[in-house]
Amino acid sequence: MRIGIACPYSWAVPGGVQQHIRDLAEALIGLGHEVSVITPADDDQPLPDYVVPAGKAVPVPYNGSVARLAFGPLSASRVRRWLKEGDFDVLHVHEPTVPSLPLLACWVASGPIVATVHTAMRRSRVLLATQPVMRSALEKIDGRIAVSEAARTTLVEHLGGDAVLIPNGVATKRYRHAKPLGGWPGPGGAIGFLGRMEESRKGLALLLKAFEILAAERPGLRLLVAGPGDAAAQLHKLPEPLRERAAFLGEVDEEEKVRVLHSVDVFCSPNTGGESFGIVTAEAMAAGVPVVASDIEAFRQVLRNGKAGELFANGDPADLARAAGRLLDDPARRAELTVAALAAVAAYDWDVVAREVLSVYETVVLGRATVGVAQ
Amino acid sequence: MMWTYLVLVVLAMVLWGFYISWRASRLDRLHNRLEAARTALDLAMVRRSSAAYELASSGLLDPATSLLLADAVRRVRDVGQAERDLAESDLTQALRAVFGQPGFRKELEDMDGGPELIGEVEAAAQQVFIARKFYNDLAARTMYARQRPLARVFRLAGSAPPPRFFEMDDALPDGDGPG
Repeated sequence: MRIGIACPYSWAVPGGVQQHIRDLAEALIGLGHEVSVITPADDDQPLPDYVVPAGKAVPVPYNGSVARLAFGPLSASRVRRWLKEGDFDVLHVHEPTVPSLPLLACWVASGPIVATVHTAMRRSRVLLATQPVMRSALEKIDGRIAVSEAARTTLVEHLGGDAVLIPNGVATKRYRHAKPLGGWPGPGGAIGFLGRMEESRKGLALLLKAFEILAAERPGLRLLVAGPGDAAAQLHKLPEPLRERAAFLGEVDEEEKVRVLHSVDVFCSPNTGGESFGIVTAEAMAAGVPVVASDIEAFRQVLRNGKAGELFANGDPADLARAAGRLLDDPARRAELTVAALAAVAAYDWDVVAREVLSVYETVVLGRATVGVAQ
Repeated sequence: MMWTYLVLVVLAMVLWGFYISWRASRLDRLHNRLEAARTALDLAMVRRSSAAYELASSGLLDPATSLLLADAVRRVRDVGQAERDLAESDLTQALRAVFGQPGFRKELEDMDGGPELIGEVEAAAQQVFIARKFYNDLAARTMYARQRPLARVFRLAGSAPPPRFFEMDDALPDGDGPG
């Protein structure tokens, strides 16, 4: 099958959607299909050979944070050319309600289109307000996939209709084994966090408060944080005596990320919302690290309602400290959670997921011409 | 002699009283003008967000650009006073990103109604820029006047709330981007 995939966010910025697309593309190629991904990208950036850059990603405020997107007349004409040259059997757009390439691709394409919705967005007036132009683009979609129940619900609320639920994939094998960073986790135990430090919905501030509580009773406990952001500014949010017990690594590459996961005794996902699946949480599970996560819908699901990881009351640092503390003090419970997490995360492996996505493709292409450019 | 002193003292007190009340009314006028400037700034921002919304819903733009603008406008309208500056700055940045797209202006200028929509957004953005400058200028002068020793000792500002600067990114949308 010839598959064209459109990615909304800059390839240069690590993120759940980009990683989903990369892993899906590679799993599909592994299954013997031809895949081309169009994405916003920066000119000097090395790209895998299945990726077509659609020009520079522009940083622009959207949905409460700054995203690097591609829009405007030039991007639209590049998408048109990519569709013409690609001659795809199916077009697969991701996050078509984000103002970027996938929405443009829907707008200009004709033929079988599959859309994947990642984020559970709050109902906003925008979708109603710009309905005519959005609707003409979105109504061309033949089959919709939601990566989580939360994402499916919002999609149904915003746009009506229904969607197939296919959870995110995790390249589980990539996470299973890695060498911990030098000196970690150490005899006093360590707790970890991965994600953008400044983005408030990622919840790092909650973890810092909880760490203060935990550290008071556990003199050897350390904190390991990795992700894009101003490390020095975050470090200063901790009281002076605790600063030497915390390490802020800044942005890490894939390989280091796996090592970070293996460097802690407990991994924490304190996200306060806006998360549809929590890929990082699933990766921690694939690494076999016991997870403490906020009890938002997405995490409840991945963690099987607390059977494959500890949940705490969303937004409550004291409850986070209580849940993490219980794990830190109980190695037997941690070992139990490792086993449960590995079993739970196997259902999300990319090989399993890619086959499910393929059967969606096969359903929409039945009896249809290939993807072209609408007149 | 005694009488002369007494008259002089009373006269000095009366003049002093006049002076204080004159200073108080000046400060009061300053506060009134500050309030008027704030209203002008609010109106300019409303005009700008309406112009951006008109453009977004005109049907002349591609859906991505359209959605981006509409989202920024929605935030401006939804946030409370505390986050107003952030939301308005975001709208500025969205406008700048959209207007900076290669070919954006060229394409719209050839469309029916396009030049008018662009013109209105630009005029409104210019107005926000000017209104904010004037407001902050008055705020600075009011702060200075309130901090003078006499104004502080006699509480000439009364119960008027202390002025605050309105900080936001209001740099105007550029011309055609590179490319």
